[in-house]
Amino acid sequence: MNEAILFLETTPWALHLLKIMVVIGGLLLVVAYTVLAERRICAFIQDRRGPNRVGPGGLLQPIADGLKFLFKENVLPGHVHKIYYILAPVMTMVPALLTLAVIPFGSSLASVPVVIADLNVGILWIFSIASLGVYGIVLAGWASNSKYPFLGGIRSSAQMISYEIPMGMSVVGVFMLVGSLNLMRVVEYQKDIWLIFKQPLGFLIFLVAAFAETNRLPFDLPESEQELVGGYHTEYGSMKFAMFFLAEYTNMITSSALMVTLFFGGWQFPWLDLNQYNPWLVGVLHMSSFLFKVLLFMLFFIWVRWTLPRFRYDQLMALGWKVFIPLALANILVTSLIITIQTPHF
Amino acid sequence: MPLIVQRRKLTWSEKLYFPAILGGFVITMRHFLKTALGRRSRKVTMEYPEEKWPVPAGYRGAPTLVRDQDGREKCVGCQLCEFVCPPRAITIQPGELPGGSSYGQVEKYAEKFEIDMLRCIYCGLCEEVCPEQAIFLQQDYTFTGYSRKELVHDKQKLLELGGIEQDKIFKWKNSGDRL
Repeated sequence: MNEAILFLETTPWALHLLKIMVVIGGLLLVVAYTVLAERRICAFIQDRRGPNRVGPGGLLQPIADGLKFLFKENVLPGHVHKIYYILAPVMTMVPALLTLAVIPFGSSLASVPVVIADLNVGILWIFSIASLGVYGIVLAGWASNSKYPFLGGIRSSAQMISYEIPMGMSVVGVFMLVGSLNLMRVVEYQKDIWLIFKQPLGFLIFLVAAFAETNRLPFDLPESEQELVGGYHTEYGSMKFAMFFLAEYTNMITSSALMVTLFFGGWQFPWLDLNQYNPWLVGVLHMSSFLFKVLLFMLFFIWVRWTLPRFRYDQLMALGWKVFIPLALANILVTSLIITIQTPHF
Repeated sequence: MPLIVQRRKLTWSEKLYFPAILGGFVITMRHFLKTALGRRSRKVTMEYPEEKWPVPAGYRGAPTLVRDQDGREKCVGCQLCEFVCPPRAITIQPGELPGGSSYGQVEKYAEKFEIDMLRCIYCGLCEEVCPEQAIFLQQDYTFTGYSRKELVHDKQKLLELGGIEQDKIFKWKNSGDRL
């Protein structure tokens, strides 16, 4: 055990590889079970039972689904632009995974920080990579060479680009208060009071923009099963479809993790001073605190999806441009005014 | 006269969306809790293979052969059902009965009686046409198998499925005495 830890401490690449493998493995597991939770919860909300056959209470359903996706025939429709058609799911999946790199999942385990890359520009990395995700969707819509995916692609380009602006501006207040773009610093700043209490409006804007960025109801216009027959992924099947699916849920996890990190204290364990305990225990408690909050947000995402109907396209645009952008600007203004007044050396 | 739809101006709180959204959350959470905790107001979905709908009286399920309470096969091998069967699902090979039993007046019986359940259309004409009340449509409606052969019910299987029909007349019993 100690030799293994020593090896990891002296060889950074092995440590990083281990972190990446753990995060991606855990991520896929969480995604699979989020899908199951989504199906069960939506069934309960609609007075149905949901998948309950595979394994006890349907607990093995995600594995059956995954196997089904893996073994399905890989159909390539004749009318698509082949290279871009194959490239699109990859271009959606890769940014979704990359954004997780800077999320701090916990404080530290055996003096190793529980984050893959402790970047100083953490939040900028997330926004820049997340904005690449839209290319995959637009590419899918266009490369499918078919009406409905095309409409989905157009909608997603407009929607995701519009909502990136209020999303980016809503967190400016947070970083003005913290004084650093590093997400670890943001979490440490929230030791005593969560940032939601200092930035409630910023959180609200971020929350709504997160729904738009992850294509979840009430803003799932790029997909909208009822109008667009599935939207940008109408022409996709088997593992290629599964990759869009994975990307969507990964984005959900990233958004939830980001909201927890920025506004809900990240891995901080509230009301408890843990310093006198075993550092391993503290590390595990911090991680579970973070994961618990993320899971609550995932449940919230699901709950919202099965409660609210879809916005109309013009309503979505009006909400983004005419409500959230001015509100985000006002939030920045008010926050900076308060900081200026409170800073004594000014 | 064109119909003018009056569109009410939304109040300030309605424009905020939040009261309506919260109301929606309350409704969905109520349904979720009711179903998740098993206090479903209206039980709609059945756990199909374990729970089944009550089959109504007069339902036309699988055709079967019956015995009377003395254990005699009621079928006399007349082949009327075979001839009437629209999809020709029934195949009968009649055989001759030796005399001397208490049912000695019956001259024929079905040596082979097969119903191909893949052809059967559950029309009930066999039951209707049977002069001996030997074939009945029961309530079973699910027959599955791994091969076509498995789904051809032979005489033994048909009798097993049919069970015993309470006969009040005993048409053939001791009829030799009366003659």
